[in-house]
Amino acid sequence: MAQLDDLDLSERLFLKGYPFKRYAPRPDNPVITATTPLRKPLAECTVALATTAGLSLPGQPPFDTTIKMGDSSFREIPSDVAPGLLEMHQRSWAFDHRGVLQDRNLALPLDRLHEMQKRREIGAVAPRHYSFMGSIVGPAKLIKASAPEVACRLAADGVDVVLLTPV
Amino acid sequence: MCHQSVGLIQRAIEYAGITTVSLSLLREITEKIRPPRALFVPFPLGYPLGRPHDAELQMRIMRAAFALLERNDVPVLEEFVVEK
Repeated sequence: MAQLDDLDLSERLFLKGYPFKRYAPRPDNPVITATTPLRKPLAECTVALATTAGLSLPGQPPFDTTIKMGDSSFREIPSDVAPGLLEMHQRSWAFDHRGVLQDRNLALPLDRLHEMQKRREIGAVAPRHYSFMGSIVGPAKLIKASAPEVACRLAADGVDVVLLTPV
Repeated sequence: MCHQSVGLIQRAIEYAGITTVSLSLLREITEKIRPPRALFVPFPLGYPLGRPHDAELQMRIMRAAFALLERNDVPVLEEFVVEK
C-alpha cells in the first residue's frame, strides 16, 4: 500500500505544503462539482482510458521533463496500438517505473479493455485514449486548456465512460 | 502530483457529460482532491492495476472500478480489497 510516508522527505514536505485546497471542489464552480450519471448499462457503453503515466507512441514528441511547472500536454493513444510499443517519459521518480515498463497495462489497461469488450462487459473500446505525464505542479494550463480539450475529443468520439489512472 | 492531475482531468471530463471513475494509490491526496468516483487500490506507487502481467487481478480491479460508475452519491471513494 502506498502512503505519503513512503516518499522522500523532500516530496513529503512539498506535498504537505502544496495548496491542494486551491483546486478542491468549491460549490460556486460548476466545472468541479459537475456529476454525470451513467445513462445506460456498462455493456452498452463506449469506454476510454486516461493515464498520467507519461506514455507516448514512438513517433510522438516525448513529454518535456524540463518544464518547471510540469508539462501539461497530452498524447493520443489509438486503441489498436500494441501497448508494449508505448514509451514512458516521466519526470517523477517518486514511483517505481519498473512495473509499467514490464507491462503497460499496469497504467493503461488497453488489453484488459479489449478483453472486456470481447466478453461484452462493455459496449465498445473508444478509438482514442489519452496520456499525460503528471508531475504538473502548476496545473493552470491543464485546467484551462488540455483537460477540457481531451474532454471535448472524448465527447466527439461518443465516449460514455472514462477510467483514469495515476501512477 | 499525479493524483491531483488525474482529479482535475477527471472533473473536466465529467463536466463534458462523460461518466468517470479513477484509481487512487494515495488515499490522503485523493481525499483532498475529491474526484467524483475513485477506487483506492492498496498497491505501491507505479502499480495502479496491481501487478504486471497479472491479467486476472487487473480485470478484477477494473470491474470494481466500473461498479462505482452507478454511484451518484459523489464524491465516492471506495477501497479495493485484495482477496487472499
